[in-house]
Amino acid sequence: MNNLFKAAFIIAGKDLYSEWKTKQVVTTMLIFAGLVIVTFSFAFDPSNNAVRAIIPGLIWVITIFSAILGLNRSFLSETKNDNLYGMIVSPTDPSSIYLGKVIANFIFVLIVQLVSIPALFILFDFRFMGNFPLFLAVVVLGTFGFISVGTFLAGLSSNSRSSEMLLPILLFPIVSPIIIAAVQATRILLIDIEQIASAISWIQLMGVYNLVFFVLCLVLFEYVLEV
Amino acid sequence: MNKPNDLIDIPEESRLYKTLFFISIPMVIIALYLSFIYAPVERTMGVVQKIFYFHVASAWVAFFAFFIVAVFSIMYLIKRTRIYDVIAGVSAEIGVVYTAIVLITGPIWARSAWNTWWTWEPRLTTTLILFFMYIGYIMIRKMDGAWEKKARLASVFGIISFINVPIVFMSIRWWNTKLHPVVFGEGSDQTGGGLEPEMLVALIFSVFTMTVLYSVFLLKGVYIEKLQIQTARLKEKIQEKMIS
Repeated sequence: MNNLFKAAFIIAGKDLYSEWKTKQVVTTMLIFAGLVIVTFSFAFDPSNNAVRAIIPGLIWVITIFSAILGLNRSFLSETKNDNLYGMIVSPTDPSSIYLGKVIANFIFVLIVQLVSIPALFILFDFRFMGNFPLFLAVVVLGTFGFISVGTFLAGLSSNSRSSEMLLPILLFPIVSPIIIAAVQATRILLIDIEQIASAISWIQLMGVYNLVFFVLCLVLFEYVLEV
Repeated sequence: MNKPNDLIDIPEESRLYKTLFFISIPMVIIALYLSFIYAPVERTMGVVQKIFYFHVASAWVAFFAFFIVAVFSIMYLIKRTRIYDVIAGVSAEIGVVYTAIVLITGPIWARSAWNTWWTWEPRLTTTLILFFMYIGYIMIRKMDGAWEKKARLASVFGIISFINVPIVFMSIRWWNTKLHPVVFGEGSDQTGGGLEPEMLVALIFSVFTMTVLYSVFLLKGVYIEKLQIQTARLKEKIQEKMIS
């Protein structure tokens, strides 16, 4: 068990370090998130007051689309020089590869959110008047659920030659519960604070989803990586 | 024994398939009779309500087909026998076809019953997401590479999608209120609308017929799949012979 976490942290550290050196993925994700926000400002008039209602949805659309970019890279970068085979034959549990990749992707997406969500609030002139700790919990839980399933399916689709096309098609239906829950909880916390009780139950749903799928992916990842 | 021109080991269609095939023909005719002539016309919805018998039956078969996919996916991961993978793949294809039938008949019925083609209601949305999930499943199966790899990845995805179905349903149920009538038994706040006994007979019979039809399709699909594997093997043998 200890070995599993140790190997996972080494793999995550390797990904984060190479990202620190190249700054390739996070930069691309950030620019993409910015472009999505700009596109939205054309699609929905930001001076209109009704646009407040779509801010919660926008947060998650930005997260999903920029996370997909990072997820695609996460395993494709390992196919170069057959790195993935090296990881498979190394004396660690396959689950630790998954865990390491989840940690790295999770940190990438959190960095992107850290910049893009305040940018969204500023550009759409949205004043935050909600429960900040709960909002943070919703963002973290929703992102974690999305990334844990996304990393798993990225590993699965990296076996295909057209993995960039396959991943979104596999991912979106599977993560639909967490998207619904995250958008609803965010909406309540940002613009409909009276209904805080139902936000709590959405958070509980996200917790259950994360638990079920994280354990399932951890167990099944062994089968994805077999040669 | 295994000469290139030797066509003796072509798989035979099973006796079960032949029996089910000949049972299914009169059953379909009886099901059509029961639903169109025997069952009375519904008072408020009129003739359109006849779709109900096929809509519900197709929905049941679709869910059943996806259940079979999950069962055989788990069995494949444990036993690694190719036939389990073939069954799961064929079942997923049939399930997608039946889901398409559900998604087409549903709006036709909904247009006259609810006065709208589509509504984002739990069962409709879940069915739509189910449809997309199993299209993804089929796309994994059509990936390039060895069959062992595709079978393994598809099995993993089949298990994940099946576990996802109840979670999707629950989350959409929370998100949106319900519009579907609770036909059988007591709902949480609605009491069952109830069915005429003749309608119930027609419904149960058409569900049963669709299930038999599903088995016929499944056996036929497995047979075709076996033939394709056989053809690929024969081609390989001929190629080897031509090279050497």
